[in-house]
Amino acid sequence: MIPAAFDYVRAESAEEAISLIGQHGDEAKFIAGGHSLLPMMKLRLAQPSVLIDIGRLSDLSYIRDGGDHIAIGAMTRHMDVETSDLLEQHVPLLAHAAGHVGDPQVRHRGTIGGSIAHADPASDLPATTLALGATYIAQGPNGTREIAASDFYQTFFESALNADEVLTEIRVPKMNGAGWSFQKFNRRAQDWAIVGVAAWRNGDQAGVGLVNMGATPVLATSVAAAIAGGASVAEAAEQAAADADPQADLNASVEYRQHLARVLTRRALETASA
Amino acid sequence: MEITVTVNGTPQTHDVEPRLLLVQYIREVVGLTGTNIGCDTSSCGACSLHLNGEAVKSCTVLAVQADGQDIRTIEGMAAADGTLHPMQQAFMENHGLQCGYCTPGMVMAATSLLQENPNPTEEDVRLGLEGNLCRCTGYHNIVKSVLAAASANA
Ligand SMILES: Cc1cc2nc3c(=O)[nH]c(=O)nc-3n(C[C@H](O)[C@H](O)[C@H](O)COP(=O)(O)OP(=O)(O)OC[C@H]3O[C@@H](n4cnc5c(N)ncnc54)[C@H](O)[C@@H]3O)c2cc1C
Ligand code: FES
Ligand code: FES
Repeated sequence: MIPAAFDYVRAESAEEAISLIGQHGDEAKFIAGGHSLLPMMKLRLAQPSVLIDIGRLSDLSYIRDGGDHIAIGAMTRHMDVETSDLLEQHVPLLAHAAGHVGDPQVRHRGTIGGSIAHADPASDLPATTLALGATYIAQGPNGTREIAASDFYQTFFESALNADEVLTEIRVPKMNGAGWSFQKFNRRAQDWAIVGVAAWRNGDQAGVGLVNMGATPVLATSVAAAIAGGASVAEAAEQAAADADPQADLNASVEYRQHLARVLTRRALETASA
Repeated sequence: MEITVTVNGTPQTHDVEPRLLLVQYIREVVGLTGTNIGCDTSSCGACSLHLNGEAVKSCTVLAVQADGQDIRTIEGMAAADGTLHPMQQAFMENHGLQCGYCTPGMVMAATSLLQENPNPTEEDVRLGLEGNLCRCTGYHNIVKSVLAAASANA
């Protein structure tokens, strides 16, 4: 399968990428690792006429201690997130979730920024960073702005990012020793989650993000509220599907997805509470 | 667009269409057909090769994205005198292949895995090769081969 023809330009800086996309307009797209975009282009589900390659912006590939948070450059690959000592120490849930993305070859190419900008509700890192209360940094022609993960996801493959903005950084609060668990349910190795749950807990505070439970990654606020109100893990997990509006597909009916969300949330919170 | 890449130590310069996939470039332009195409949808790993020393699926990389980078394919694994790479030797000794279609991708993924984790457990090997499918389902001996190569290295 061969993508439709396009022109290719490589950006040397975020500023250049933004100015290039300004010149080329709607027909242009950024390419980072290409591991969501190229499969879509090969199926002709996407047919940009210009690709602006931001994959060489190595100054956007970093993992730094930002005091109360860890700052991750958008171009950081899944493999580097998975194996980062800094994340292992301060945000182990994210490092662990990154290790569940696809397979090693995919993790050698795909980036955290691409994963978030793509806004696929079935992806692991959008729901995980949402559960962790992350903030995303976007750079556009008029400077940079911060977008809370909870305001970012609009619907399938659509986010608050403007077409002429580059996602540059993901800021994830340190977990400060909170318990955590990432539960991914799929039938075959390497597959996407049929349902996934990213959860952390610190005393009566908890955060739960759901993968593939609707048109966007879902923050299960009812579960966190139940934990804050003193509910047991089993009681709180009963609320897991309350904030979600899942769809049926070849893998699962709506009811099955809701059931999985409750079971996986219970397992995740049991581990996070231990 | 003109690209220059190093393939198995030899610099190559070609004018390519931006939409040319890296696997097509390697097979059809450079003429090295050891890298196979299985699924063409990033699932099977038959097209795995090393880009800057790490295994990637070359059906999901554009040739232009590899411009200026270092590529190694299965043809670049054996020494110049024909001595097999230890991983190839281990596959041969442990019957790690049946029809052989998945084998180049398996060898490239397995060598990349051992660079990252020189002493893997059996489970590490199985997880590390989750992106590679064997239609002959010879996984048992593939895992055995990789573990043998790891202990030969140690
Ligand atoms: C076989 C396979 C299995 C996979 N399995 C999983 C899985 O189990 N779980 C999972 O979560 N993911 C999975 N993925 C997807 C993988 O995580 C992708 O790497 C990721 O979704 C996209 O990252 P990328 O860098 O490749 O982005 P690209 O494909 O390059 O880009 C994706 C989209 O985001 C835009 N974009 C990229 N970067 C930026 C930026 N910095 N600023 C603005 N826009 C940007 C692009 O324009 C494009 O529209 C899988 C992929 C494959 C091929
Ligand atoms: S041909 Fe590339 S993964 Fe199957
Ligand atoms: S040996 Fe035949 S596909 Fe693996």
